[in-house]
Amino acid sequence: MVFPGTWSDRDCAHAVADVLGQPARFIDHRARRLDDVDLVILPGGFSYGDHLRCGAIARFAPVMEAIIDFADRGGLVLGICNGFQVLQEARMLPGALLKNASCQFRCEWVNLRVEQTDGAFTTECRPAQVLRIPISHGEGNFYADPQTLAALEAGGQVVFRYCMPDGRVVEDANPNGSLGNIAGIMNRRGNVLGMMPHPERACETLLGGTDGLTIFQSAVRALQRVAA
Amino acid sequence: MAVAIRRAELEAVALDEAEYRAIVRLIGRDPSDVELGMFGALWSEHCGYKTSKPLLRQLPTEGPGVLQGPGENAGAVDIGEGLAVVFKIESHNHPSAIEPYEGAATGVGGILRDVFAMGARPIAILDSLRFGPLERNRNRHLFMGVVAGIGGYGNCFGCPTVGGEVYFDEGYSDNPIVNAMCVGLVRHDRLRRARADRAGDVLFLVGADTGRDGIHGATFASVELDDRSHTRRPAVQVGNPFLEKLLCEACLQLNELEEVTAIQDLGAAGLTSAACELAHRGHRGLDIDVARVSRRERGMNPYEVMLSESQERMLVLVRPGGEDAVRRIFDHFELHADAIGTVTSGDRVRVREGEAVVADLPLAALIDGVPLRSPAARPADVSLPSLVPALEQAETVLLDLLSSPNLRSRRPIYRTYDHQVQDNTVIGPGSDAALLRVPGTNRGLALTTDGNSRYVALDPYVGTQAAVAEAARNLVCTGARPLAVTNCLNFGNPQRPHVFWQLQESVRGLADACRALDLPIVSGNVSLYNETNGRNIPPTPVIGMVGLLDDLGERCQAGFQEDGDLVFLLGETRDEMGGSAYLQQAGVELGGPPPRVDLAAERRLQSAILNCTRNGVLRSAHDVADGGLVIALAESALLGSRGLRCPAIVGAVSAVALYFSESQARAVISVTPRRVPELQAIMGHHGILLQALGVVGGDAFQVGPDIRLPLDVLRQAWETAF
Repeated sequence: MVFPGTWSDRDCAHAVADVLGQPARFIDHRARRLDDVDLVILPGGFSYGDHLRCGAIARFAPVMEAIIDFADRGGLVLGICNGFQVLQEARMLPGALLKNASCQFRCEWVNLRVEQTDGAFTTECRPAQVLRIPISHGEGNFYADPQTLAALEAGGQVVFRYCMPDGRVVEDANPNGSLGNIAGIMNRRGNVLGMMPHPERACETLLGGTDGLTIFQSAVRALQRVAA
Repeated sequence: MAVAIRRAELEAVALDEAEYRAIVRLIGRDPSDVELGMFGALWSEHCGYKTSKPLLRQLPTEGPGVLQGPGENAGAVDIGEGLAVVFKIESHNHPSAIEPYEGAATGVGGILRDVFAMGARPIAILDSLRFGPLERNRNRHLFMGVVAGIGGYGNCFGCPTVGGEVYFDEGYSDNPIVNAMCVGLVRHDRLRRARADRAGDVLFLVGADTGRDGIHGATFASVELDDRSHTRRPAVQVGNPFLEKLLCEACLQLNELEEVTAIQDLGAAGLTSAACELAHRGHRGLDIDVARVSRRERGMNPYEVMLSESQERMLVLVRPGGEDAVRRIFDHFELHADAIGTVTSGDRVRVREGEAVVADLPLAALIDGVPLRSPAARPADVSLPSLVPALEQAETVLLDLLSSPNLRSRRPIYRTYDHQVQDNTVIGPGSDAALLRVPGTNRGLALTTDGNSRYVALDPYVGTQAAVAEAARNLVCTGARPLAVTNCLNFGNPQRPHVFWQLQESVRGLADACRALDLPIVSGNVSLYNETNGRNIPPTPVIGMVGLLDDLGERCQAGFQEDGDLVFLLGETRDEMGGSAYLQQAGVELGGPPPRVDLAAERRLQSAILNCTRNGVLRSAHDVADGGLVIALAESALLGSRGLRCPAIVGAVSAVALYFSESQARAVISVTPRRVPELQAIMGHHGILLQALGVVGGDAFQVGPDIRLPLDVLRQAWETAF
């Protein structure tokens, strides 16, 4: 997906096409149909300049209807960073992403504990596996009201939490003040994932690590299972 | 019309009476208001380089790989595989002193446009910053605002901020230095030059609407600051990185069209400067109708339209018949594209508002007519060497230095910058130089900015040479071969004889150092009048340098890599404490000569290191710079998160100098023990002094009998917050 102001589109295409060898194409925000797509990625960036509120304008883009319809039919949707914010604004995922508790932008490598391996995007992970993936955001402070949060936890929808390298989920590992150190959540069905960290930046040893690749590989594997 | 009558108008455009008379002589009449505004902008120091131009002629600008030298939006150098690296550094000091966030943000925006105007996709931003001590609230406000502005623009645009430098000194109180460098990539056959070379081509103004912001910005940047400067806030532009991102993507698509003949950034002096330079470079004229310019507000007159510095705008020249193709691209990005004029066969720029002609001037007068200034120069008094306090409590000194604002970790700053977007960052900020992958190849680009203004203050000739040498050494430490230079000369008021002398000496040092190291200068910028309430900044030439690594597999890190590796010092340590961080920390007044620069020794050292990296001999390499040897060792330990045992450092100099002298042409390296014979052979071959220092490993940092600190303690000092 390319909204005006999206900038991780080319990085995601690089990860999917150049690193994983899967076909990828860019979808314009004005598109009304998705056609042959198996997986929609809403990449990071500053869609519409983050004006009003991150993702608040993108949810009205013509393409969003098609994406909601696609997800309703079980299609895989991955929202990364600004893409996660868009999914929340579009009510495809619950909660909100507030300004970082530090009130500053943060770009750094973080550790994520995999909390859920049942969804489409983490099937290749071990439970409680620690993934090293960078974040890059100013508004990634996950918030949800107590009821919603309880429902997310009870429903096993929390997929990633910020943790220490040894897997401990503690305040020191939390880069932005997120409730419960939440870094990524999925919908009940497990086909829509939103996450603040950027897996597409962790797909090559040369750039510092390959843990992000697992997430794309999981999606590919999930699609292959459906096809088979 | 008499000159005297127009005195107020002249002051508004910062021209003097002699310059006014020169205008009248050149055009044979008194200029109209719009014409005077255009002259004021183009004859400003910022656009016209009227003081620095004669000096800049001595700079070497040619070399085998140079595809484009100074004079275009940015310089370009061949990097093989049909690709070119495009880069330039530029200052935004004056706006940042008044309005730090927008000043810095639009500095980044301007330099990004310079690079994508050349047809190149921007792949990296670096920033060189100087502020007064943070204990003063005003300085802290400027520092926080500038850092936020750089991040705010670069992060939103989607170009990684991968490096730079920041230093603090009383001399920059109220007058910060904000230099932004941008690096981009383009295929040779798509490299653009911005020149109007065929009459009849259509001139489009694209991107943002034109508003009243930034009028007289170029003029404002060419006069000294004072207590009234805050009233010049309207001269500071406001940036919109979101719009710039769209403009960039649109321009990169435009660049693929055969019908598009030129793309030119609108920067200082807005439409006036961009249009006139575009036409003059191609030896053509221009006819512009300002009535066709999309505006942000009603009631703007031609003067305001011609001098507005509204951001995120470009000029595009299109062959007749190509207009629809251009409009299609801008429609896609929902941006304006106004056809505002045409290229003419003459040598004049004619500005109309509908049918009414408001300016009609010979381009040669506007661009080249500015009378050059050659102010008086007076060498600074030679300062006496300072007394060097003896080294006591080496551990305390080390921790004080590591936690000092000039040496502590820059992580609190760079982690607010996205330094990874575009997926090319192999070595990010915090090392000697950043290293980026050239997409689609196995090549790497190493990028750095450098400039130690304490050395320059002591001796502008030697200090500027040191900046060039250090920048090259930084690149070499990553395994990259230095390719070419961009520079930003930040100085005080050149009307002051000692300031003009500093500028003269600095440019001479720059020219000599670049010649000695075979480094062409392909772009640059001069920022003068950095004077606030009569006080001039320390002379601050900033060197931006780009290096090429043919195989990323040969890259080298600054941090120690493996326990058991042996650590060596390359190069000679002399008793050179002038301008050192040690003396600054001890509160000793700046004095004496700076460290000597021996460019032949520098060249040998750099060849030797590259010889090692190409053969995989080194595990790490780190330049010895500010703070001296012990600081370099501590940085390598901290960057690699590994301890160090150095039983004793011996040498024929004082204990202080052994640890903290800032002798040039030195580096700290580590190697696996079995590669030592090769290391010795290579250093012997290049005539480089090789001194064994110690072994990597453990949890402690031990140097000699007097330093033994847990790595955690060292890190705590280094990571002191700003």
